[in-house]
Amino acid sequence: MSTSYFHNFVKAKFAQQRLVVQPRMGFSDRERMRNGLLAVKGVQAPTIGTITLDSFTRSGDFASASRAIEQGLSLNGYPIVSYPQSENESLIAGIREIDFPVQIRHGSPLPVEIFKATIRAGIDAIEGGPISYCFPYGRIPLARSLDAWRTCCRLFGEASDDPWHIESFGGCMMGQLCPPAILIAITIAEALFMIENGVKSYSLSLAQGTHPAQDAAALHALRQLGNKYLGPESEWHIVFYTFMGKFPQSFDGARALIEESARIAVEGGAERLIVKTVKEAHQIPLIEDNINSLIWCDAVASATPRNQPVTPEVAAWTTQIFEEADFLINLLLNLGRNLEEGMEKAFKSGYWDVPFCLHPDNHCLTSAQLDEAGFIYWSDPGKIPFTGHIKNNAVRRKKKMSSGELLQMLSFNQQKYDGRCVAKEPAMLH
Amino acid sequence: MKPIALLTTIPSDSHNWNLVFIQLFLQENGFEVINLGPSVPYDLLTEACISHQPDMLIVSTINGHGYIEGKELIKRVKELDSMQEKPVFIGGKLSTDVNMSYLYAVELESAGYTRAYCNDQDLQDFGQRLQHIKEQAMVARQA
Repeated sequence: MSTSYFHNFVKAKFAQQRLVVQPRMGFSDRERMRNGLLAVKGVQAPTIGTITLDSFTRSGDFASASRAIEQGLSLNGYPIVSYPQSENESLIAGIREIDFPVQIRHGSPLPVEIFKATIRAGIDAIEGGPISYCFPYGRIPLARSLDAWRTCCRLFGEASDDPWHIESFGGCMMGQLCPPAILIAITIAEALFMIENGVKSYSLSLAQGTHPAQDAAALHALRQLGNKYLGPESEWHIVFYTFMGKFPQSFDGARALIEESARIAVEGGAERLIVKTVKEAHQIPLIEDNINSLIWCDAVASATPRNQPVTPEVAAWTTQIFEEADFLINLLLNLGRNLEEGMEKAFKSGYWDVPFCLHPDNHCLTSAQLDEAGFIYWSDPGKIPFTGHIKNNAVRRKKKMSSGELLQMLSFNQQKYDGRCVAKEPAMLH
Repeated sequence: MKPIALLTTIPSDSHNWNLVFIQLFLQENGFEVINLGPSVPYDLLTEACISHQPDMLIVSTINGHGYIEGKELIKRVKELDSMQEKPVFIGGKLSTDVNMSYLYAVELESAGYTRAYCNDQDLQDFGQRLQHIKEQAMVARQA
């Protein structure tokens, strides 16, 4: 019997036209973590359990994590490295099964010990990536992150003959205000990196932005690029994320944004959705908040018609985002003698550049803005060598924005869904 | 020449957007900004204080650990001769508890910060202080 529960489950549910929904959830107390997993499993929907790790473990400070559990202190996640293998195994015993896979989520640029503990616990799914878990979270050099992730991918690929799964977090970089083409390029590049290092099953990610039609188009473009650059679709799927930026503060506003993400996921053809909760703007959610989000998203996903013809607008944006991301990927693949050298050179030259990302290896010469409808575009391409009609479509040069304008753009979804401002569709977008 | 603002955060804070926003705000208020980015170790910060000789230091943090690491940070910064008289601000989400943050702000100020901010309205006070610091920095340079 196959030990790869995660990817098989997602693919099987997709064949039944069901969107898999998954929370973020992590507790240091094992009893509570078990209760959380059981509650997610109990939802009448295709769900996957999540074990999110704590920030000591993420940053490699296992001593502090161990001390905290010895003293009975509560951490902001589950310290998988500090608990012995037997306790990690008993955490999921009787819970994790073919119909209820579990994924480890962390956020570490140097995750070798986390991968080892995950493999020892027999868990077949994890996530991250050498760029996406390096750039937004700190200052570890990209070269060191690539070294660590190479080791991790090989360990995970060799852990089983079955296709154990790694999800690329590349489509979620920065959480908001990032043009989808660079997100797509990064998640594709990370998937290529995983394949090259022996990973047999992987997922591509994308986070909800500020314009539903642009998001749906980006998901379609991601599917097309996956087919162009990666292995057969049996090896991979697409995971969409509920908006990760400044969240609506009201219950109704937050719920509307969460439900919108489920609709977009189905319309864009994603197989899996990672949800947020109505507490996002305020505090760490309860298990119950997560359960509510899962139920709402499943209901909306089930009610959303599948395989509908896309509007001409979405079709046009799909082509545009495809060309832009394709250009970036192609550029990277031709920059070095191999993929890793290409990744390093792409950022070193500024040909790949993530707007507003302060990591020392990112030039940060690019900039992005929103138009009045929430559509994300490059307001300054920096050194990215877009040319011809790709450049004309992708770039709308604007003056530098003020701190107030930046705050407005970061608050776009918050204001839109809290009902303080209704987004207007301009007659002409170009 | 513009006065120099050194912008940093506490070692455990990996957030990015708050630093991007404050950088723009400081630039609009006439400062040259050196932004150290997220997750800044204490040593990197003290080295930057020595090499850049800033006119002021701003610690922006939103991960809720500001009330812990903010104290260690100010202790290390105030050990530097060049920083003893310089204004140092901390602001953002100082702890995970909104109400407790006001009390922590008082603690942080008695630990050596010029001001500790934990409220959206505080940006106005900060803006006014920036004008004052700018004028003082100019006077000091001419002297």
